[in-house]
Amino acid sequence: MSVHRVMGTEVEYGISVQGQPTANPMLASTQVVNAWANAGARARRARWDFEEESPLRDARGFELSRDLADSTQLTDEDLGLANVILTNGARLYVDHAHPEYSTPECTNPRDVVVWDKAGELVMHRAAALASQMPNNPPMLLYKNNVDNKGASYGSHENYLMDRATPFGDIVAHLIPFFVTRQVVCGAGRVGRRQDGSDAGFQISQRADYFEVEVGLETTLKRPLVNTRDEPHADPHKYRRLHVIIGDANLSEVSTLLKLGTTALVLRMIEDRVLPGDLALERPVRELRDVSYDASLTHLLRLKDGRRMTAVQVQWEYLEHARKHVDRTLGSDVDADTTEVLQRWESVLNRLEADPMQCARELDWVAKLGLLESYRDRDGLEWDHPKLALIDLQYADVRPDKGLYHRLVRLGRMERLVDGAAVETAVTEPPEDTRAYFRGRCLAQYPEQVAAASWDSVIFDLPGRDSLQRVPTLEPLRGTKEHVGRLLDRCTTAEQLFSALTAR
Amino acid sequence: MAREGGQQHRTTRKGEGTEESPEVEPSADVAERKERLDEDVDAILDEIDDVLEENAEDFVRSFVQKGGQ
Repeated sequence: MSVHRVMGTEVEYGISVQGQPTANPMLASTQVVNAWANAGARARRARWDFEEESPLRDARGFELSRDLADSTQLTDEDLGLANVILTNGARLYVDHAHPEYSTPECTNPRDVVVWDKAGELVMHRAAALASQMPNNPPMLLYKNNVDNKGASYGSHENYLMDRATPFGDIVAHLIPFFVTRQVVCGAGRVGRRQDGSDAGFQISQRADYFEVEVGLETTLKRPLVNTRDEPHADPHKYRRLHVIIGDANLSEVSTLLKLGTTALVLRMIEDRVLPGDLALERPVRELRDVSYDASLTHLLRLKDGRRMTAVQVQWEYLEHARKHVDRTLGSDVDADTTEVLQRWESVLNRLEADPMQCARELDWVAKLGLLESYRDRDGLEWDHPKLALIDLQYADVRPDKGLYHRLVRLGRMERLVDGAAVETAVTEPPEDTRAYFRGRCLAQYPEQVAAASWDSVIFDLPGRDSLQRVPTLEPLRGTKEHVGRLLDRCTTAEQLFSALTAR
Repeated sequence: MAREGGQQHRTTRKGEGTEESPEVEPSADVAERKERLDEDVDAILDEIDDVLEENAEDFVRSFVQKGGQ
């Protein structure tokens, strides 16, 4: 068992137009996305291919050439079109009045950290570009999940799973894990209840917004386990588990552990090695109770009558994971899996001893440490607006203003990945998934890629009446190993298409 | 603090991970260490003070989002 699997994140960013609290957030988000799309200075932008069943006709409609002036005079129809695909294989678009960045498909948690961080750079630079347009005030973006007035927006994870695994097993084993993993990957929040009307700190941004255990919804009655079933891949082989319960993390360690520990639990579910003895009596209620207890002493009630802390529940999953890795890989265990296991154990040990020992690694602890320091120095109660500001500004994507970024610069937050690697990931795709094919096509043949999606690239080739669709239903095909030399060789999209169809 | 159900883990836990603790000179005694940490925290807060948005109450109040997923 390893942490390796096809995975990624999708993050909706909070957006505000400075000095204009009533500004239309869809318009502002669209300006941000368009600013980045137009910065490529291409005559043509590849559109997202929504219509996977009949792409040719619809894809033609995406062929709009727009200039900067458009974005200040957008009609509702235009608003729906801010949806582009990037040369790094990611998707940048407007979703529910927020700009959203979906990472390209990655094969391991470290790569997700790199391309998720690249998304922060894209958002920061896109907002800066949008703010430079004539008559535009500064647009501020926040990698968080709440406004403390009742609204929440998502930070999702996706994991490719074996279709043969019964969904009931996934639900049963994931719920206790999801309820408790916030002690590792919560982002921290000032304010309790959906509208923040109760003063106080809590571990998770999202805990107050989940109301049922299982369901299809993502915007109302949010479920702990989401049942959306769009594999964006061969549906007979794969399921895409769409996880909606996570917080948006700035900390690289939090993101690594969020993806890494979840990947391990999913593999154990697929391999049917979990005993299923951790079922919780009232999981939705416990999610909130765990979040409201930064001392980590709250005892969850299990269906079998036992009572355990969230950290103890996490220990159970870790120990099963260690055993399963030993049993299946022994000394052949890969470095990515070892890293996740060691960090998970190290963090749980210290959370149990004194959570503040994790202040350099975990978002919620770093944020709480900062808040407590302010409370000590300035004698602030939890309802003081300065504390709410610190919570919000922690997630500001601007390096000079964002408090997470300041902590990094002060040497107070541990980084896992190289800044140069993140910079490269702004434009370059991962090399070991189909994102490589998608990204390189976009970079190499910008004029000929009419549209693209997770599972297709659509070409508009000179001399051909109809658009030509290249399906990419297998996430681990289209890698550098598979198509790198072919792409090196084909200087035109026509050459590439001919080579692909001649096979 | 009451704890049930977690004892069996003790055998497999490794020593406390000390590598992430704030750097402190081995020779510093407790009082010196506390003083240094306090100064350290003060320095951080001073720096954060410099970048915090002005008028926290207005700024936080004007951050209003539409719900998302």
